[in-house]
Amino acid sequence: MRDQATRRNGMLRRLSRNRSGAAGLLLVLAFLLVALAGLLGLTPRAPAQQFMANRLAAPSAEFPLGTDLFGRDIASRLISGAAVSLRVAITAVAMAGGLGAALGILAGYAGGRVDHLLMRLMDVLFAFPALLLALVVVTVLGPGPSNSALAIAIVYLPIFARVARGPVLSVKELDFVLAARCLGLRPQSVLLRHVLPNITAPLIVQVSLALSWALLTEAALSYLGLGTQPPAASWGVMLSESRPLAERAPWMMVFPGLAIMAGVLGFNLLGDGLRDVLDPRLRGRYAAA
Amino acid sequence: MPRYLARRLLALLPTLLGVSILVFAAMRLIPGDIITATLGTEAGMLTETQRAALERYYGLDKPPVEQYFVWFGEALRGNLGHSVRHGQPVLQLILGRFPLTLELAALSMLLALLTGLPLGLLAALRHNSWLDFAGRLFALLGLAIPNFLLGTLIIFVLSVVFRVLPNAGDYVHLHEDPLRNLQQLFFPALTLGFAFGGSIMRMTRSSLLEVLREDYIRTARSKGLAERRVILRHSLRNALIPVLTLVGIEFGYLLGGAFIVEQIFALPGLGRLTINAIGQREYALVQGVALFVALVFLLLNLAIDLLYALVDPRIALADHD
Repeated sequence: MRDQATRRNGMLRRLSRNRSGAAGLLLVLAFLLVALAGLLGLTPRAPAQQFMANRLAAPSAEFPLGTDLFGRDIASRLISGAAVSLRVAITAVAMAGGLGAALGILAGYAGGRVDHLLMRLMDVLFAFPALLLALVVVTVLGPGPSNSALAIAIVYLPIFARVARGPVLSVKELDFVLAARCLGLRPQSVLLRHVLPNITAPLIVQVSLALSWALLTEAALSYLGLGTQPPAASWGVMLSESRPLAERAPWMMVFPGLAIMAGVLGFNLLGDGLRDVLDPRLRGRYAAA
Repeated sequence: MPRYLARRLLALLPTLLGVSILVFAAMRLIPGDIITATLGTEAGMLTETQRAALERYYGLDKPPVEQYFVWFGEALRGNLGHSVRHGQPVLQLILGRFPLTLELAALSMLLALLTGLPLGLLAALRHNSWLDFAGRLFALLGLAIPNFLLGTLIIFVLSVVFRVLPNAGDYVHLHEDPLRNLQQLFFPALTLGFAFGGSIMRMTRSSLLEVLREDYIRTARSKGLAERRVILRHSLRNALIPVLTLVGIEFGYLLGGAFIVEQIFALPGLGRLTINAIGQREYALVQGVALFVALVFLLLNLAIDLLYALVDPRIALADHD
C-alpha cells in the first residue's frame, strides 16, 4: 500500500516537472473544477433562465461572459455544459476502457483462436472512420447525451483493446507470470494480480487521450444537432447557436470555443506528459509540441 | 509481392463480411421498426395492407438471416436501396457526392503537407530557436482547435472582417471551373487540414531530431559531406518514413472529418448528404454510405500497406515468414 502511494507521488512529481504534463494537469484540474460546479448546480444563474431584457448583452459585471439570444447567462451555461461534457466523456471512456481493456487482455492472454476472433471483431469496428461510426450509432439510437456516450464508447473500444493486448503478449511470457501459473493460480488471479498491474501505464495514457477525444466528439455531435439537444447547455450546442449571431454577439462564440480548446488541449497534453513519464521508451518520439 | 497481395486481399474478406453484418444489424436495431422510424407518427395511419406491403418492400416479412442475405446479395450487385426524398438510387447519390469529399480530403492533405513538412524540418534544424517555438505553437493550436471551431471562426472572420462568404452561390465542380472550384474548397480544406498539418509538423520534427542523433549522420558529417547533403540525402529520407505512415493513417480520418466540414461550409459532398439523411431518417442512405465508406477505407488501408511493401520489401518478406 505504502509502496503504491510512494510510486504515485513519484509519478506526480515527475509529471509536474514535465512541462506539457504540468500544463495539461492544470487545465484538466480547472475543467474538473468547473464541471463539478456544474454537476452540483453551482451556477451564478439557472442555465436555462431567460433575461429577455438583456438579450445578447455584452460581457459586464452583471453577466461576466455576456448573454445569448434568449438572454441566458453564458457563464452559467458554460459551467452547466462542462458538466454535460464531463459526464459524457467519463461514461464513454469508462465503458470503452473497461470493456476494451478486458477484451484486449483476454485476447492477448488466451492467444490462438480467441485472440484471432476478438481482434477480427475489433478490425470490423476499425473499418469505419471514427466520426462516421459515431454518426451511425447515433442514427440508430437517436440523439442525446447518453447515446453520444455510447457512440463514443463503441468507437474507442477497439483502440483500448489493441492498447491492452500488445503489452499482455509480452508480459505473459515473463518469468513471474509463468511462475504464478506454475503455482496453480487461477487464470483470473494471474490476470488481475500479475498481468493487469504491468500493463496499466499505456492504459492510463490512453484514458487521458480518449477523454480528450470524447470531449471533442461530444461537442462535434452536439454542434451537428445529434448530441445534447437544446435547450440543454452543451459547448457544441452553444457554438452552433452562436454561428448566425457571431457578428452581433461574438462572445457567444468566443467563450464556448475557448472552453472546448482548453478542455481538449488539457487532456491531450496530460496524455502526452503521462506517456513521457510512464513510458520513457517513447519519450521524444511523441513529445508534445 | 503477388503472394503478399493475395494474402492481404484474403484477409480483407472476413472484415468486409463483418462490416456488412454490422451495418445490416445496426439498422435492424432501430427502436420500433424501420417503418415506424421512417414515417414517424404517420405510421399509425397505415392500413394493415399498406403496412404489409411496406414490410414486403423492406423485406421485414422474412427471417433476419434471410433478410441479411437478400440485402447483401443486392448490395453486391450495386443495389443499396432507394432514397425516397431524393428519388434516386442510393448508390447513384453516393457516387455523385463522393468525388467532392475525396477532393476535399486530398486538398486538405496537400495543405497539411505543405505547411507541416517545412515547419517540422525548420523546427528540427533550428532546434530550440524562435522558429522551433513558432512551429510547436502551430502544432499545439492544431491539437487544440477542433475543425468545427476553426471552420466557424474562419467563416466569422471572412464574413465579418472581409465581407466575403466562402461559398456564396452554387458549388462549382472541378471539371466545370477548376479555379473557382479551388477557391471554394480552399477554406474548407484549410479547416480540415489544419490539425493534420500540426501532426505532420510534430512527427517530422521529432523524427528528424532522432535521426540527426544517429551514428551514420555523425559519420556522414565527419567524412566532410556538405550539411545540405547530410540533411537532404541522409537524414530526411529516413526521417520521413514515420511521416508517411502518419499520412497513410490520417487520410481515411480526413474522409471522416470532411463530414463535419462539408456541413459547416454547406458543401454538397457525402458528409452533408449523410448528416441530412440522419435528420430525415433516410436509413437506406445512411446504411449505404456506411458500407461504401467502410469499403473505401479498407481499400485505402490496403493500398497504403502495399505501397509500404513496395518501398520497403522487408515488410512483404516478414509477412511471408
